Amino acid sequence: MKYYDEYRDKELCQALIAKISSLTEESFTFMEVCGTHTISIFRSGIKDLLPENIHLISGPGCPVCVTPISDIDRIIALSRMDNTIIVTFGDMINVPGSTSSLKREKAIGADIRIIYSPSQALDIALEFPGKKVILVGIGFETTVPLLASVVLEAKEKNINNFYLLSLGKLMPPIIKALLGSHEARIDGMLCPGHVSAIIGSKPYQFIPDSYGIACVIAGFEPVDILIAIYHLIMQNINKDPRVENKYKRAVREEGNPTALNLINQVFIPRESEWRGMGRVKDSGLALRSEFSGWDARNFSVVAEITKENEQCLCGEVLRGVITPLQCPLFRKVCTPGNPIGACMVSGEGVCAAYYKYSSVKG
Amino acid sequence: MCLAIPGKIIKKIDNEQAEVLLGKVKKLIRVSLLPEVKDGDYVLVHAGYAITKVDFQQANEIEQAWEELES
Repeated sequence: MKYYDEYRDKELCQALIAKISSLTEESFTFMEVCGTHTISIFRSGIKDLLPENIHLISGPGCPVCVTPISDIDRIIALSRMDNTIIVTFGDMINVPGSTSSLKREKAIGADIRIIYSPSQALDIALEFPGKKVILVGIGFETTVPLLASVVLEAKEKNINNFYLLSLGKLMPPIIKALLGSHEARIDGMLCPGHVSAIIGSKPYQFIPDSYGIACVIAGFEPVDILIAIYHLIMQNINKDPRVENKYKRAVREEGNPTALNLINQVFIPRESEWRGMGRVKDSGLALRSEFSGWDARNFSVVAEITKENEQCLCGEVLRGVITPLQCPLFRKVCTPGNPIGACMVSGEGVCAAYYKYSSVKG
Repeated sequence: MCLAIPGKIIKKIDNEQAEVLLGKVKKLIRVSLLPEVKDGDYVLVHAGYAITKVDFQQANEIEQAWEELES
């Protein structure tokens, strides 16, 4: 199909891999910060085709995975309220909370519905005027404008039984926290293409400026990812770290101004908790006070006391400190059928990707 | 989660919605985040919303990749 096939062209991919292999013998580690990149890298076999000196590690780019257990517990508590419908993206229902999960709550009677698009939450709210319809609002900058748009529409149309639990998260602050910790060696960042379609290329400028780290915005097809890796290596060889946009067909320097205005109109940055990374300043979004009538945080529910599985190393995986193969639970106790941590639940989770695509050796 | 797929706008209905061809499937997609799109444009669709215009020709990425390989 036109506009798909050329980005998956075998000949071009092989030529790019040959070029990458010929560039240097020096060892480099690049992090992809987007779960969709992680899956694309595994599915296309890029990890195995790269020369041994080029390492790819995954970062905190899967919204389901980075949602902390305390938020899962809160959603579970909300689902136990009377006359309530919880509306969520699919992967969330399988994530274990401290003692339960949304799937378990659904099995014992909670009304929990899976949606594809946030706008469906409004349809459900209109269909069931006597129920409180709560949208579990996870996502990065790609998804946040959609959530903003739904809240605005609820206000304009006076849909007063719709509520958003705002759990949206922002990429630049968490990248800054990650690089500032110096925990994992990172020589370059493969920046998330669809987050960048919204925020543009400028918000990444601190990565080369403050940390001297190479930075390439990449698309999601194999050719896109290989081109990005080639340029990450070249920036390192030339000692010229900067922000390069190699996803020009979808990403403009200024991003999507309409979407950015919408985010700004509805949300305000706030401190947010990330699984494995703790609280990070201004890395999350709260609804502005004029939308408090649609804010699910105003329901006073008592969530259970957070209990983490001490052996689960999701946090270390999300920070790029270890690979799933170094977690004692991986493949033994923790599997997609019996996930212990969120990274094994989500289709975009690093552990799920390793489970599905990698050999035992990795 | 940040998955988005390219589609072609077949018919813009109003500023909110358009018929978009995704592969071989026609779907009603929200276009409120892209006020400027018109029939025939390519867009990336994420969770039922068009989030950015896709300009394959202007970006010219594939030709540039081949040129870089030969350099």
